Amino acid sequence: MSENKLHGDAVENPRLTWDGCSVLLDINDGDRLVFSRLSAGAKLKIGNKNCSLQPLIGCPFGSFFRVENGAQGPYLSRYTPSNEGNSIQEQGDCQSKDELRDNRALVDNNKAQSLTGDAINEMRRQGASGDEIVEALIANSATFEKKTLFSQEKYRLKKQKKYAPIVLLRRPFTRSICEAYLKKYPVRIGFLRMDTLCLLLSMANVSANSDVLVVDMVGGLLTGAVAERLGGTGYVCNTYPGGSPYPMDIARIFNFGEEICKRIVRSPLADLFSVQTEKSKVSSHNGDSCSMEIESNEQISSTAGTEEVSLASENMMSDLIPETTYSVERKSSKSAKLGEKAPHEIFSLWKENGFTSLIIAAPELDTWSLVKKILPLLSNSAPFAIYHQYLQPLATCMNNLQVGKMAVGLQISEPWLREYQVLPSRTHPCMQMNGFGGYILSGTKICTNN
Amino acid sequence: MLPVESAKKKLSFTRCIQDGDLVIVYERYDNMKAVKVCEGSVLENRFGVFKHSDWIGKQFGSKVFSSKGGFVYLLAPTPELWTLVLSHRTQILYIADISFVIMFLEIVPGCVVLESGTGSGSLTTSLARAVAPEGHVYTFDFHEQRAASAREDFEKTGISNTVTVGVRDIQGEGFPDEFSGRADSVFLDLPQPWLAIPSVEKMLKQDGIVCSFSPCIEQVQRASETLRSKFTDIRTFEILLRTYEVREGKMDSFQVEESGSVGSLPCKRRQRLSEGSNEQETTSASVVMARPCSEAKGHTGYLTFARLKCLS
Repeated sequence: MSENKLHGDAVENPRLTWDGCSVLLDINDGDRLVFSRLSAGAKLKIGNKNCSLQPLIGCPFGSFFRVENGAQGPYLSRYTPSNEGNSIQEQGDCQSKDELRDNRALVDNNKAQSLTGDAINEMRRQGASGDEIVEALIANSATFEKKTLFSQEKYRLKKQKKYAPIVLLRRPFTRSICEAYLKKYPVRIGFLRMDTLCLLLSMANVSANSDVLVVDMVGGLLTGAVAERLGGTGYVCNTYPGGSPYPMDIARIFNFGEEICKRIVRSPLADLFSVQTEKSKVSSHNGDSCSMEIESNEQISSTAGTEEVSLASENMMSDLIPETTYSVERKSSKSAKLGEKAPHEIFSLWKENGFTSLIIAAPELDTWSLVKKILPLLSNSAPFAIYHQYLQPLATCMNNLQVGKMAVGLQISEPWLREYQVLPSRTHPCMQMNGFGGYILSGTKICTNN
Repeated sequence: MLPVESAKKKLSFTRCIQDGDLVIVYERYDNMKAVKVCEGSVLENRFGVFKHSDWIGKQFGSKVFSSKGGFVYLLAPTPELWTLVLSHRTQILYIADISFVIMFLEIVPGCVVLESGTGSGSLTTSLARAVAPEGHVYTFDFHEQRAASAREDFEKTGISNTVTVGVRDIQGEGFPDEFSGRADSVFLDLPQPWLAIPSVEKMLKQDGIVCSFSPCIEQVQRASETLRSKFTDIRTFEILLRTYEVREGKMDSFQVEESGSVGSLPCKRRQRLSEGSNEQETTSASVVMARPCSEAKGHTGYLTFARLKCLS
């Protein structure tokens, strides 16, 4: 087996952050998720403190950071969590003793904590670390000792999150981007759940060197997910009926290098059908991409405004901050351009060969009339997958495809996903779950001329 | 199967079936078969005898006829179709689990992925698609014959440049040392996954992800406890797929009589319908309806994911 080249992933799959890199910051174990672009000027507000993101540049993804108090104010400092894991799991043996304790003596009168807010502030002024404050709170809690081990742990964790927040540095991948958006801005991604999204990619056979046609009305998440799978080969063509392209902002959150960005192109649906002369396309090319640039920036700022407002549930804040919110200089160079108009030589190739896959996530377009029009652009035997939140448009479309003998292997499916809490003697499905992941119509196009 | 293996094999309007191609013969959604096209060969099924020579030169996606006039469709193989037609040497993973594993393991082109066991190679085929063209899948099974059959299959599906099959007891011996610190992701489908976890820790790059697939919760419990010391983000999921059947049918619409009497007896209604047959036509409309299929998988396995802590 050793003869095989173990290809590095240096270019498109780096393990260290860099200046200008897009990152996902996971604050307090998933409580808050923030997308950010690292730069010397970028800042992140944690609790009531504004911290520079500079210390994160050049660190490995997966690093942990804590807020420390320095001479120039609070700053993020990298730390290595203990290898012990959190105490509770290792204390399985103590459980029998633990079972004797319960909450019968607990009175909810708000008098259990003797450390006052002023006292805590005073500790802070004297430079106490977050952990020290947490220890002090525990020492001053009249009820802590009476709690069960599990609720002691819960208490500690709650205080730690408040007084000693932890920032985890993550690579933005389709999975984390989808999960974060679904949690906070589900509407922007058409309620597309991560398991539904990955089914779309599989069912449409997205693989290196494919030419994938997408109708993406889910903010660019679908386009980005396809581009990630293509890894700088093939093309993902984001098409749209009418004159203005759909926004692709989410595709910019991925850390796509130039190679991958070049493979993300867009084209009005009409152009994919027309046999226009190449010249007119070339001449319109430049002006067009300019206006696209402006458009998308407007999109960013306008959505940023509305998104800030909609932050609701107490500590489940995931500010999906579009990259422009922070440093301004970044704009100039860092994020490579994506979503250029498809070059005309590729147009003719697509016309000649057809696309190898089709994915549609267009809740606002009539599924059947869109599919009827778009399916001839696909190669024969090419698979397709269509997402919708409602069953009826897909059922109608499936029936029509069947009657018209346009496709085989037609199936409507709905994924069901359940997460579990797995702890010693405490394993059960999570209390909260997303109950609906939408529907997918999948199938394979067949030759219609024989 | 993968266009990366040869650009000429990529699906297109001009790509025709050739001698030696692997095709999926589609009879019905629940009846498919993988066939290697061979000039002088025939396929026999309940629809008659199909000559392979008739297939050559046709496009993928074509309808082809037998001597008796029966027909099938010839499709280009994909990992999804392959999962439906491969020969089961073991229990296999299906599309819902497969696609979730690939996304959650963050597998992208160029990744190095380790897998054990190989089993029937259902997941392996999708892993190969995800890492191609530059990446590689190293898959291990302790069953020599099974490994050999898997190798043959990967040859047949044209992914053997992307997949290497090794014979090894991963639970007992761990993954080979040559992969230390080189794996982006590791997938385990073993009866006692916790035994392999210390080796997985060595194989993974920092921040790399492991997935363990187990049908029983006790396995999950034990694996999760072992993962806790060196891994973070330990999460367990179950994923199922519900499928729907779609039918177009005519429905008679029920007419309440003018008088508003609720007691519209069946005989009365029938009378009315037969009398005014014109009206009946306008009130019975064709509708497309969907409902979940009654047969469904209740459980496949639990998927436990964990990320290696970043300690340096």
